[in-house]
Amino acid sequence: MIGTAKYLPLLVSSLRRKRLRTFFTIASILVAFLLFGLAESMRYALQSGVDIAGADRLLTMHKVSFTQLLPASYENRIRVIDGVVAVTPQTWFGGWFRDERNQIPTFPCDPVSYFEIYPEIVVPEDQKQAWIADRTGIMIGRGVADLFGWKVGDPVPLKSAIWRREDGSDTWPVTVRAIYDLPQGGDTRAIVMHQDYFEEGKQMAKGLIGWYVVKVDSVDSAQRVAKQIDAQFANSPAETKTSSERAMAQSFVNQVGNIGAILTAIVGAVFFTMLLVTANTMAQSVRERTNEIGVLKTLGFSNAGVLGLVLSESVLITTLGGLLGIVAAWWIGVQFEPVFRQYLPGFKVPPGAIVMAIVYMVALGIVAGAVPAWQAMRLRIVQALRRE
Amino acid sequence: MSVEPAVAAPPIVRIRDLVKEYRRGAEVVRVLDGLSLDIRQGDFVALMGPSGSGKSTLLNLIGGLDRPTSGSLEVEGLRVDQLTDASLAHWRADHVGFIFQMYNLLPVLTAERNVELPLLLKDLTRDQRARRVAAALQLVGLSNRAKHRPRELSGGQEQRVGIARAIVTDPTLLLCDEPTGDLDRKSGDEILTLLEALNDEYGKTIVMVTHDPHAAERAHRVIHLDKGMLSEGQG
Repeated sequence: MIGTAKYLPLLVSSLRRKRLRTFFTIASILVAFLLFGLAESMRYALQSGVDIAGADRLLTMHKVSFTQLLPASYENRIRVIDGVVAVTPQTWFGGWFRDERNQIPTFPCDPVSYFEIYPEIVVPEDQKQAWIADRTGIMIGRGVADLFGWKVGDPVPLKSAIWRREDGSDTWPVTVRAIYDLPQGGDTRAIVMHQDYFEEGKQMAKGLIGWYVVKVDSVDSAQRVAKQIDAQFANSPAETKTSSERAMAQSFVNQVGNIGAILTAIVGAVFFTMLLVTANTMAQSVRERTNEIGVLKTLGFSNAGVLGLVLSESVLITTLGGLLGIVAAWWIGVQFEPVFRQYLPGFKVPPGAIVMAIVYMVALGIVAGAVPAWQAMRLRIVQALRRE
Repeated sequence: MSVEPAVAAPPIVRIRDLVKEYRRGAEVVRVLDGLSLDIRQGDFVALMGPSGSGKSTLLNLIGGLDRPTSGSLEVEGLRVDQLTDASLAHWRADHVGFIFQMYNLLPVLTAERNVELPLLLKDLTRDQRARRVAAALQLVGLSNRAKHRPRELSGGQEQRVGIARAIVTDPTLLLCDEPTGDLDRKSGDEILTLLEALNDEYGKTIVMVTHDPHAAERAHRVIHLDKGMLSEGQG
């Protein structure tokens, strides 16, 4: 392919020949790569949860379903298993604030064990101790603090969509005692409250919890410990299923990931359509310039040179549209990150997707331009010059 | 039939027994029928003849735009008819300048970009190309129209740009296909005067196809073609 810069004015001027057609073609490609960028951003956001999930952390939940509860008494029985370092119960609280649409992932847990299990959590020591000491205290992620403007010491009337208090109220008065961060900008949109406060206050399901998070002494012993936990509760009314947090996250992503697969299919279809649109544009463009191609060949442009020119023009169109599309996707990621953060933390175009997109742009241009370029290459000068 | 130059001089173009046939369905049409011709260095030859006599075909063959069915065609001792497509393209870029009746400028490019086109194939820097383009445009008297696109120029000016494009690589041969055919008499005369100057002052060898006897008068030699055969008169 002719790639030297001296041909660029020739290529650019070719694009300006039918400006409207070029504009619509580039706009179509822009939309295709915008969709691609957004789909990859979503996939990245979903996958990032898996990447930060620990392989040395196990989740023990009811064998039947994630929504079935487990006895709180299991905690001590799990704790004594060889290889277990720490255990905390957790339950889906269904927390919200002001508007039920403002759902916040909220988990009652054992505060001391929680820090043993999640050592990556970054929180000032004084705040940490203050939270551990206050049964009605909550530790919130930086994302929640930013979202609602909460500060340490703020009293919060936290609502639950699931759990009512003994007096029938769905409001759980709590106080912000600590604000945590995660390394590498992980999702900090969560609230952690005391299990004791939750257990004592809830109206129903006393003595039951959602699931256990278990930290093991090494990744190597995770599988053995998981088997031992499940064996311990086999044939009981509440049998368990234990797997690593990472496997659980991957399983969750795989379910949600079907959306990603659907998006990929849509983007694939859009790309195919773009291939046809670009190929049609190039075919029309070459047909209209038959005489000019004859002139170029007369001046000494070789068949291979003409092939390269047409292919370069096609790649220029797809690259222009593609880069604009990817930049638009990146811009949307940056601008709407605070909105997406609530549902898709880490939503952004990953670097790998940008590289992939550039490869697709070039490939799309080459494939779309192949037939017109071949026709231009094969054009006989005398015949081409006869067409005015 | 053969036509030899009146004055002995080394031929730059040497054509022997040239035959060109086209196929139209089942019919084979012989456009050039065993033609032999020598053109000397610095000659200015007018090719005349009725439509379909093979003038443009001969011009295309001399310029390496088409291939003969049989016979030989040498330019500066090189068997042009035996070159590969790629070699022929390189040879055209180095040795031939074409001037068309309809100018054939690229409408999206300015005059200077059009003139620069053949230089893109050369190993020249941007500055070198710019200097050559400026010199060619100056030679045809269009330095002040360098930034204009073809649609902003008159027919005569477009043809001057076409001539500048043809001479910018300093080719051995200038091949002109009806260069005044689309111009009024005044513009046509200016183009012919320019071609004469290129021939007289710069020693360019020119082969010009024309229907116009007035244009042919400017040439040193006038060669008539009829049914693929030659006859010669003095210009």
